[in-house]
This record gives sequence, C-alpha cells and structure tokens, in this order.
Amino acid sequence: MSGDRTSSDGASSPLKVQLRAVYKAFGGTTVLDGIDLDVAEGNVITLIGASGSGKSTLLRCVNLLEPVDDGEVLLDGVDIAEPGLDPDPVRRRIGMVFQSFNLFPHMSVTDNVAVGPRKVLGVPKQVARSNAVTMLTRLGLAARADAYPDQLSGGQQQRVAIARSLAMNPEVMLLDEITSALDPELVGEVLDVVRGLKQDGMTMLIATHEMAFAREISDRVCFLHQGRILEEGPPAQIFEAPNEARTQEFLQRVIDAGRL
Amino acid sequence: MTDRPTRRELYERARRRRSNVVATVSTIVVVTALVVLIPRSPGWGRVRQAFFDGDVFRESFPGLLQAFWLDVQILLWSTPLILVVSLVVALARNTRSAALFPLRAAAVIYTDVLRGIPVILLVFLIGFGVPALGLSREWANPLIWGTVTLVLSYSAYTAEIIRAGIESVHESQRAAARSLGMTSRQTMTTVVLPQAFRNIVPPLMNTFVSLQKDVALVSLIGPVEILRQAGIDKAKYANFTPYVAASIIFLALTIPFTRLADWALARQRRRTGATTIG
Repeated sequence: MSGDRTSSDGASSPLKVQLRAVYKAFGGTTVLDGIDLDVAEGNVITLIGASGSGKSTLLRCVNLLEPVDDGEVLLDGVDIAEPGLDPDPVRRRIGMVFQSFNLFPHMSVTDNVAVGPRKVLGVPKQVARSNAVTMLTRLGLAARADAYPDQLSGGQQQRVAIARSLAMNPEVMLLDEITSALDPELVGEVLDVVRGLKQDGMTMLIATHEMAFAREISDRVCFLHQGRILEEGPPAQIFEAPNEARTQEFLQRVIDAGRL
Repeated sequence: MTDRPTRRELYERARRRRSNVVATVSTIVVVTALVVLIPRSPGWGRVRQAFFDGDVFRESFPGLLQAFWLDVQILLWSTPLILVVSLVVALARNTRSAALFPLRAAAVIYTDVLRGIPVILLVFLIGFGVPALGLSREWANPLIWGTVTLVLSYSAYTAEIIRAGIESVHESQRAAARSLGMTSRQTMTTVVLPQAFRNIVPPLMNTFVSLQKDVALVSLIGPVEILRQAGIDKAKYANFTPYVAASIIFLALTIPFTRLADWALARQRRRTGATTIG
C-alpha cells in the first residue's frame, strides 16, 4: 500500500495506526471481540457493518474516548492503549468527526474552529481565529464564519465540525457515520470534503453506511460483524466478490434497501 | 387563496370571541365580589384601620425605605458569595478522582444538611451560636453571621441547580471537546460550564428572588433592617400598616426580577427550540 509518505514527526512509518487483539465490553456485552487492523499512512479504511457491529466503538477506542479493555492500539508504533497513559496529548493528534456534529452551540462557527488550537495548542486568539477563517474558506464556509451552529444547515454544521478537527492538524481522522444524520440532499457536500482530504493524503478511518462512497474512497474495506472484522479487502473484492456469507447477506440487505 | 376567510379562520375567530366574552364576564364577577363583599364583612372596618392607615403609612415609609438599604446591602454581599461557594460545591460533587473522595463526600453532606434545615433555624443557630464562641467585638456582628447563614443556606440550593445544569449538557459535547485534546478542566470551563449556566439562568433568577425576601430573616438576630423597623413602627403606632408598607417595598424589588426571570425563561425556550442536542 501507499506507505511512502513521511509522517510529520520525521520517523517514516508505513503503519500509522495498528490495532492488536483489541477487546472492549460494556457491562457484560462484548462490543469489540479481538480486532486486528492496520492503517497505513495516507490510507483510507472504511468500516461497514450493521448497527451495533462495533464500528463506532472501534473509532472511539482509537482516540481513547473509550478505554480499551484489552489489546493494543499503536499510533506510530507506540502503544496508546496503555492503561494509565495520559490520553490528552494523543487525542490532539487524532481528529474525530461525529454523527451528530457536536458543535459547541454557544460559540460562533469561527470560535468552534479556533477553540482547539487556542486552548490545547496555546495559539494566540487572533492567530487561531484567522487560521480558522482560512480553514472555513477552504471548506466553502467563509460566509458563515460569524454564524452560530444552530443557524446552519446540517451539511454546513458537519463541514464546520470537520474544519474544527482539521484546525488541530491531526495526523489521522476518524469519521463516525458523519452523513447519517443528514438529509439526503446534504450528504454530497460533506462527502466532497472527505474526497478532498483523501487527495491531500490524510489517513482516515471511516465508519459509514454510504456503500457507494465507501467503495469509491476506500483503499480497504472492513466488514464488522458482532465485534469482529469478518472480512477485509480492497473495495472491489468486498463489494463484488465477498468471501463470507455474512458479508453477502449484509450487502444484499443494503441493496434491497436501495442504498447501493 | 381568495380573500374569503378559511374554515379554520372562521372557527378560530368564533372561538376567540367566545373566550373573550367569558374572560370579561368572569373578571367583572370576581372584581365586583371583592369590592362589594370585602367591605361588607363584619371586620372590614377594623382591618382597614389596622392595616391601611394612610397617616401611619406616610410616617413610617421613609424610615422603612432607609432600613431596606441594609437588606439591599446584605443581598449585594451574599449574591456573589453564593455564586462562588455554590460553584465550588457543585464542581466538588463532580470530581471523579479517588484522592478527592473527602471533598466529594463533604459536598454531599453539605448540600444534604443545609438544604434540610429551615433557613430561619439556621439564622438562629449560626447567628447566636457562632458569636457565642467568644469572638472579638467586631466579629460578633450579627450582620456578618446573618449574611454567612444566607450564603451557606442558599449555596446549598444553588449548588444543586448548577450541578443539574452541568448534567444537562449532553455527553457528546464533552466527547467533542476531549477529542480535540482538551483536558477535563478545559472541557469544563470552555464547553460545559458556559452551556450549563445558560441553561440554568431561569432557576438561578428564581432563587435570587427568593433570597431577596429571605434577607429579612436576618432581622431575627438583631440588625435593624426593614422587617425589624416595621416591627418597631408597628409597636409605636399600634398599627400593622408598616408591614403593608414593607411588603410594598419588597414587591418593588422582587416583581421586576420575577418578570426578568420569566423573560429569561421564555428566551431560553425560544433558543433551545432551535438547538436540541448540540
């Protein structure tokens, strides 16, 4: 795979994120049951599977929003799932975008984007705000810079959420069903942004129900079922010639629902 | 559409006319009853003399107003103190670390105990109890301990309001802040608390109105504020009109704030109508 980009730390590492036998349970329910996954730098990996298959939990485990019960999560080869490790410096390096946007409703769009660099990286307010405006312009949101989140459409809100993550200059982006809460006609503008990120060489881990998009953008697709990666491969193989019966069943249901 | 009113408009117009008539009639009936019946009651003459004596009102009013300034001062002192103490207590209850268990436990005990005792009893207990420890003269001032009592009691209620406000901020807001790399403290100060306070402005305003009235309880341990002054005037004129005058002075302060609280609530409803979960 395309592991030839040099990471910002200088240490050229073909594998940006690795999951090793990751196990996670909520109460007595196992949600991730031994996940092994390699994400090469600059690659886009999509996670598909039914609701409850563990896609979101997997993403939340990568940036430590959920503590991993067992196994390892390596970022640039360093285990970040080590219990007792301070998660804050790690999260700084990993961007996350949520299904429900989660913008800060009491801040203007610009401040939503500027707040991370200001508070976490100590960037002076004026610099952070002007950087934020630059970022918003890049995503076609310059006109809404002074608006508040609840004055925006869902698609605009989600693009602001992406801008907020990008403002931190993340090394990896985690996208958790970022179009699932959007009206169909607003999905395109958000996916366009993700396409742009891929062109820029961003390493991304994407949980999605948009099969056509997954097929188009992924370097590899993982099919999750009951907390395990049941099948993994290039999109053409997964979507056209899946090996596992479960994958076929899932894709058939998606086709029947008119989503592929 | 034509200019002809729709069926719905005709229906609503008729309904509006009917409810206007009902409201007018019932208001006339009630007011007439009050105006006609109260003066006819056997004790009205005595009540009017004892509570609504114009001369007593005129004579006691300036003194009451002056005494009320003390209430206002106590109010101005206690309000910021209450906000600070209650925020500290609310944050203490929200801590998670094991080392801070004593702090958490103290906050729980504090809110439970202080909310469980009537303010009037606390005024007596602290107002008479603490100076009895043998404090130096300037610290034995009942004004100080009365204010401390109000701060302690109201902070317990306010802490619970703030805590509810903190909990009203959806977990996803915290997740978003933490995913940017913010520490839990930064998340609290930049994301959670600003939204929490926005959500609790109406209950805070209500508590403030309640405090405005409870300041009068400080009179029980000595300071000559408006309630005590009214009691002195009552004895002097052998007439209850000073109490009515004092009530009017209180209303002049509380009604604007009550209206403001309602306005804040209505405004917040309008706002959160647009934003559900951020």
